[in-house]
Amino acid sequence: MSSLTRTMLPWIVPFALSLAIAVIWHAIVTWFAIPAIVLPSPIAVLNALWQERLILLHASWVTLKASATGLLCSAVIGSLIAVVFSQSASLRMALYPYVIFLQTVPIVAIAPLLIIWSGNNFRTIVLVSTIISIFPVISNVTSGLLSVNENLRDLFRMQSATRWQLLTKLRIPAAVSQLVLGLRVSSGLSVIGAIVAEFFVGTSGDYDGLGTIMTARQANFKTAELMAALIACTALGLILFATVNLLDATLLRRWTRANGFESDK
Amino acid sequence: MESTLPAQQLIVCSQIQLSFTVGRKSQTVLDQLDLSVNSGQIVSLLGPSGCGKSTLLKVIAGLVDPQSGSTAIGDQLVSQRMQRTTRDRMAFVFQEPALLPWRTVWSNVMLPNELRGKANQGETIDRAKHFLNLVGLQQSDWKKLPSQLSGGMKMRASIARAMSTKPSILLLDEPFAALDDMLRSKLNDLLLTISAEEKCTMLFVTHNIGEAIYLSHEIAIMSRGKIAQMISVPFPFPRVATLRSTSEFAAFYGHVSGALNESHA
Repeated sequence: MSSLTRTMLPWIVPFALSLAIAVIWHAIVTWFAIPAIVLPSPIAVLNALWQERLILLHASWVTLKASATGLLCSAVIGSLIAVVFSQSASLRMALYPYVIFLQTVPIVAIAPLLIIWSGNNFRTIVLVSTIISIFPVISNVTSGLLSVNENLRDLFRMQSATRWQLLTKLRIPAAVSQLVLGLRVSSGLSVIGAIVAEFFVGTSGDYDGLGTIMTARQANFKTAELMAALIACTALGLILFATVNLLDATLLRRWTRANGFESDK
Repeated sequence: MESTLPAQQLIVCSQIQLSFTVGRKSQTVLDQLDLSVNSGQIVSLLGPSGCGKSTLLKVIAGLVDPQSGSTAIGDQLVSQRMQRTTRDRMAFVFQEPALLPWRTVWSNVMLPNELRGKANQGETIDRAKHFLNLVGLQQSDWKKLPSQLSGGMKMRASIARAMSTKPSILLLDEPFAALDDMLRSKLNDLLLTISAEEKCTMLFVTHNIGEAIYLSHEIAIMSRGKIAQMISVPFPFPRVATLRSTSEFAAFYGHVSGALNESHA
């Protein structure tokens, strides 16, 4: 096997699989003469994707802005909450149950409430996206801040380091890799949050994200167009996930990659 | 006359009692332990794993408080809340290099002085440079991250960091346990050089008998939380590597080994 084949193999195999699935899908749709309203053929979906490309691109851009802002809010607010948690055991004890509440609350149930409070707008979408994606950040960063290597902590104590020095020079840099882990999970969640919120915002206002488009297509039984929008949603999740990975490999590399402690227990 | 003055005691531990509670059981780690170390001497704490050597070192460093008994450095008492000036006289070398993985070698070596707010003083910088050279790290290594260094180089950086604050007491907790024999004896010589140059008092935890003899003025044999025996090492300073292959060394090795076995028989 040439080295080119070997490097391309991880791309070729999944692609071949999806191609195979598309072929089977197409065969089933034609063989059983399934109505396009129930299950359109993959060709019809691709066609819809092409026909609606401008609408979808615009909608994706709107949703991307909302979910990226949501993810950013999660990263910033989540990390700040984690820092507060790392500094006080009693605050952590008092507030952590509510953070778990954020994780367990059915977002579908509170989204309508948030829309009543905050309106049919971008701000509400970002809010829902943040609420649904903040938990992995809080939980990962808190544990990253607290689980600092004992020897490194002793090293700081030997210099009579202040709490602030311990936080800024040891705990926070040590927690960056946990932040990235949390953001990887949050990136997908932030897109889900934005789209769910867009379902509720609906087509009444002047907001037109992917979720809005999907609600409209569903109402008109445009199944192929609905599936085309679904592909766009998946692409958004991938874009955010890839962005987090890119940050990890470039700007944050020093903190996330260099963690070759043998001192890690 | 100066030469007839008794050597000054620098570290004095008296009646140190420390036990940890694991579940309902209380386990005695240090049991009415007495130890005194003279200024400028190298004393090895030799004993099997779990005999309390590392804990004793942490008590002396003021990182762990005993239930009763006291430790004094000169005329100042040691505790977790001891005065900064007392703590600043000591430096600790851990079993692992304990370097911050996101900082370069240079920045790691400067860390203790940075935490003490002395990073920009010319004297401090000169001292860091001096010790980096002395431990054998090339200037091209100073900009590297710890992950780019070998285990031995990391330990050298760790020693340079400990010496960067001009400690009068250096506490070493089995620093070379993970290194191969060749490297271990090189680093033993390095410690002897530092001791001769800095007149620094060293307390060295090890379970390697040869290393303990080669480095020390005195060997404290520890067993079940007590100092079972103090043995003076008869070989004069400066010591050279060929000492290890002499018959006297072998005979003394047998003597220490016998005492060690006897102590926990």
